[in-house]
Amino acid sequence: MTTLLSYDDAIAAFDPAMGLEVHVELNTATKMFCGCPTEFGAEPNTQTCPTCLGLPGSLPVVNRKAVESAIRIGLALNCGVAAWCRFARKNYFYPDMPKNFQTSQYDEPIAFNGYLDVQLEGGEVFRVEIERAHMEEDTGKSTHVGGATGRIHGASHSLLDYNRAGIPLIEIVTKPIVGAGARAPEVAKAYVAELRELIKALGVSEARMEMGQMRCDVNLSLRPHGREKFGTRSETKNVNSLRSVERAARYEIQRHAAVLTSGGTIVQETRHFHEEDGSTAAGRIKEEAEDYRYFPEPDLVPVAPSREWVEELRAGLPELPSVQRKRIQADWGLSDHEMQSVLNAGAIELILATIAEGADAASARKWWMGELARRSNEDGIELAALPITPAQVARVAALVAEGSLNDKLARQVIEGVLDGDGDPDTVVEKRGLKVVSDEGALGSAVDEAIAANAAIADKVRGGNLAAAGALIGAVMKTTRGQADAKRVRELILERLAAQG
Amino acid sequence: MPEISRDEVRHLADLARIELDDAELDHLAPQLSVILESIASIAGVAAADIPPTSHALPLTNVYRDDVVVPCLTAEQALSGAPASEQQRFSVPRILGDEQ
Ligand SMILES: [Zn+2]
Repeated sequence: MTTLLSYDDAIAAFDPAMGLEVHVELNTATKMFCGCPTEFGAEPNTQTCPTCLGLPGSLPVVNRKAVESAIRIGLALNCGVAAWCRFARKNYFYPDMPKNFQTSQYDEPIAFNGYLDVQLEGGEVFRVEIERAHMEEDTGKSTHVGGATGRIHGASHSLLDYNRAGIPLIEIVTKPIVGAGARAPEVAKAYVAELRELIKALGVSEARMEMGQMRCDVNLSLRPHGREKFGTRSETKNVNSLRSVERAARYEIQRHAAVLTSGGTIVQETRHFHEEDGSTAAGRIKEEAEDYRYFPEPDLVPVAPSREWVEELRAGLPELPSVQRKRIQADWGLSDHEMQSVLNAGAIELILATIAEGADAASARKWWMGELARRSNEDGIELAALPITPAQVARVAALVAEGSLNDKLARQVIEGVLDGDGDPDTVVEKRGLKVVSDEGALGSAVDEAIAANAAIADKVRGGNLAAAGALIGAVMKTTRGQADAKRVRELILERLAAQG
Repeated sequence: MPEISRDEVRHLADLARIELDDAELDHLAPQLSVILESIASIAGVAAADIPPTSHALPLTNVYRDDVVVPCLTAEQALSGAPASEQQRFSVPRILGDEQ
């Protein structure tokens, strides 16, 4: 059993340094160096060719779209873009690449020296420096046969599907992240979250972590407070959700601290993250860069993006998520706290889509952050997964705006939509949820209420307007809530004035 | 003169998951040194005015469009494999650690 130091004790004694390596699978139609399709879920080994199988005599050719995506990612991360760079072979002995090497970039990445500002809970901004972003290719997928749990250990042999081998990847590497102290795990999570938003905004990948389109390796090392040099680092591979990134960093801080305080040494190794309990376990002893015997790829010519092309791509960058958030917060007039809850709820895109369907910002936000957020909490599902569309929410808002629904009825309509009763209009029809706008019917309900509550009516006549609330309540009761309270109040005051 | 030490050969063998005994190391290390030496003689031909290059042709920016082309069928892809199973390439047990 691994010993851990308590998190507070670990942070009291040590400074953490983190390095995050994020792999993003691009959404190009074809692979990095050949025209094979990249579609997910195809039958094994149906998306290969001599190039991605590494057969003799085949030659790779670079996918222009992948280079374009790499440059756009670099620019969005405030990086410099290389005027000239090459691919390199990363040699290693493992069957997930049939070529026996992975085509990557070594000391000449396409993008370098950038940063990404990430916002932490509470509004504090932390700048994460980017070392580089480089182009490479994904590996094949192995299945291990004969072992008890599908793991390598104890397996009799392994089976390889090379459909994924050669799909374009961009690896984004941070500089050591220091100075975050106790908040280091939170910074790690916020960085990956921000990067994911950025990648999605650029449209270069769907960046769905649960599908492996974005994968994170967490490097971590500690130094005792006051020391300059950090200790040996561990590298936790394939941490594949935002929550896991935070947990892995936290776990490694506690594990390193326990080893170091008990006089032990940290082994430089790769570790595996276990989703079930948030722990990490030792993997292979880390190979040194020289073990990969990198050398420039002789089958590919250098990539030398013209400055015109780079500037054209820069000019075409979309509004970046951090800028968009600031604009939205100002447009909607939200406090930092309100904005944070909108972000935490994952509601930005839904609210924007609802506004695009014709709702005003205030009511779009009100429904998503109110009734719908409540339902998503209750049902334990993401807001976006609720069975209601922005168009339907916009329709409910429109019905309220035109006076056909009041808030109470609107909530029932939303409930109906969520229960699968159909569109808002259908639900209104089916459940008979319409504000009583028939002035005659409303008028007699008001007359009844005044007659039945003569004492209260007198108070209102005497100038105590607050007392009108009881009369409104009575009318709402007889109309089963289906009246517009504002109109009811008007009618009551009109009638009492006329009678007074 | 490039020379590859016995320890370096042992390290390479470890990376390749190849087990070499002392006799094999004694035998291979000098052989690899000779091979390296032969290749290094090429460096002697290149004078200072010839910059190192990774490609024979002075080309840059050779790209293809992101357009799918027909690929191999699974049968074709697997036809050269020594062994296959479940439409996948079958490889011997992987030693050492999982990746
Ligand atoms: Zn291919």
